[in-house]
Amino acid sequence: MTAALELRGLCKSYPLREPGGWLPRYRQLPVVRDVDLTVERNSIVGLVGESGSGKTTTGMMALRLTQPTAGSVFVGGVDITSMDAAALKPFRARMQVVFQDSYSALDPMFTLAQIVAEPLHIHGLGTTREQTKTALDWLERVGLHRSYGSRYPHELSGGQRQRVAIARALVLRPDVLIADEPTSALDVSVKAQIINLLQDLQAEMGLSILFISHDLSVVRSLTDKVAVMFNGRIVEEAATEDIFTSAQHPYTRSLLQAIPVLNPRDRKDRVFRSREELEADIPRLSAADTGLTPANVPRLIPHGPGHRFEAIVQ
Amino acid sequence: MSASPVTPLVDIRDLSVSFPQHDGVVQAVRGVTLHVDTGESLGIVGESGSGKSVSCMAVLRLLRSPPARIEATALSLGGVDMIAADKRQIADMRGRVAAMIFQDPMTAFDPVFTIGQQIVETIRVHRAVSKAEARSEAQALLTRVEIRNPASILDSFPHQLSGGMLQRSMIAMALSCRPQILFADEPTTALDVTVQAQILQLIKQLQAEFGMGLVMVTHDLGVVAETVDRVVVMYGGKVMEQAPVQDIFDTPAHPYTRALLASMPGQGGGRQRLTEIPGASPNPANPPTGCPFHPRCTVADTRCTAAMPPLQGNGLDRQAACWRLT
Repeated sequence: MTAALELRGLCKSYPLREPGGWLPRYRQLPVVRDVDLTVERNSIVGLVGESGSGKTTTGMMALRLTQPTAGSVFVGGVDITSMDAAALKPFRARMQVVFQDSYSALDPMFTLAQIVAEPLHIHGLGTTREQTKTALDWLERVGLHRSYGSRYPHELSGGQRQRVAIARALVLRPDVLIADEPTSALDVSVKAQIINLLQDLQAEMGLSILFISHDLSVVRSLTDKVAVMFNGRIVEEAATEDIFTSAQHPYTRSLLQAIPVLNPRDRKDRVFRSREELEADIPRLSAADTGLTPANVPRLIPHGPGHRFEAIVQ
Repeated sequence: MSASPVTPLVDIRDLSVSFPQHDGVVQAVRGVTLHVDTGESLGIVGESGSGKSVSCMAVLRLLRSPPARIEATALSLGGVDMIAADKRQIADMRGRVAAMIFQDPMTAFDPVFTIGQQIVETIRVHRAVSKAEARSEAQALLTRVEIRNPASILDSFPHQLSGGMLQRSMIAMALSCRPQILFADEPTTALDVTVQAQILQLIKQLQAEFGMGLVMVTHDLGVVAETVDRVVVMYGGKVMEQAPVQDIFDTPAHPYTRALLASMPGQGGGRQRLTEIPGASPNPANPPTGCPFHPRCTVADTRCTAAMPPLQGNGLDRQAACWRLT
């Protein structure tokens, strides 16, 4: 069976103006380089990395909200990379997104029922009356009373707004959900509620979720597989428990080392390696960076079933 | 309250802070009592709206009043009554006796001055030293907070630095007048995981080295587990429990503390549902009667809805406010 979402050789670079000179000169700044990632059906894949590592850009390219510079995006086995808007529309319904900041993601002039019904309206599914009923059903399903349908986003707490964003994303019954740091802005007790809601809906609907996060504890509780991004590349990928128990790449290890302890008894003095030390230890990114020959450019090499990490193969 | 022979560095007794609104009064802090001893590190844990930040800002008199209404039987910092203190005294206390660092270092610095100008200014406000002396001291401080190229950072503007570098600079500025206590309000929430761990370790080291008191305000129990000696758990503007940090994690007494610990993700391997706390935080403009946690509490009974339980001792150095403990 084809994967729900497959990214192949995905790249994105932005033009960066060189300083000085009369005429503007630009060079290409790569932010995502050669990303291969598969989200299998009915699974949750975590995409982790520091800010600036390219994880959000990868998610936006998967949704075709950002156009890739190179590479392809397959949704259910169909290449959507260069489809025009009309051809893309049915695929838009099959992949949806939930963002970190639920406040700016919801239109303040719409009621919650209108917000959740809008995707149905755009895709012309059912009469207005049916759309409203479906929207209210969904509000209930994500744990909000039907009477909330006539309220506005500003009347809700952060956790409630995130529930509305989830309802809006799932009302079209998509195959793929891209969740970009959906719990980062939430309080601890509410965070657990939203994570459980995502787990339940994923299981009920057989949904495939790409969960973008920098919170490794959440990723451990929620995902089946983890891909670690660093400087625009996936540097390690494995089943979630393998990442946490037998990480191979130096960057993955430094991430794991930084997770706060769960009990003060386990406090330890950590020895941090500076960015320079870390980068010196990590295979460089392109032949141009270090004068690597094509033969020893770093590649993802396998390390046990489903586990691969970036290294230089001589 | 454990009776300490000397006046504690921070002594807050029965503090209430409220903000009148056009349609009622927001009661941010409702009768908080806590203290910090010399050289001690205290974690204040709570969710947004629990009153943890407002309590700290009240001690430093950082709340504009009016509109804020601050009432307390005691509100002292380094032995000085902060309610009675006038503007000059308050300005003298800030920086010299107590310093504070905030969640977002980008907005805490003034964007139109260099880091060096801002640290030098802080030093010279409190001490009679020349600009050159202050600058070399600022450079030494930046070195101490593990900034590799202090001279060039001194001449940088805030927007030129990363969040981690700015937070380090903020810490350097906070320490520039050798305060007796450092208030850190979610100092690592806006930072990447690896940077967070480094900043927390740095704060711990500096606290030990300077013999400073530390108040770590956070919603993250992981931060608490990493950094502090003693913990105050707040909810709905009130103190729910306070205890030494190891006791909080080993034998949490209050149902809220227990629920909070249970909801921490990442416990045990493998994909799993988390233990959630149902419901939402109380509305500070219209708090529930009795214990603020009772609508979400699994063991609440009629006493809990009727009246707020007093904070009472349950063992050495420990207190909790819950009817179900007695």
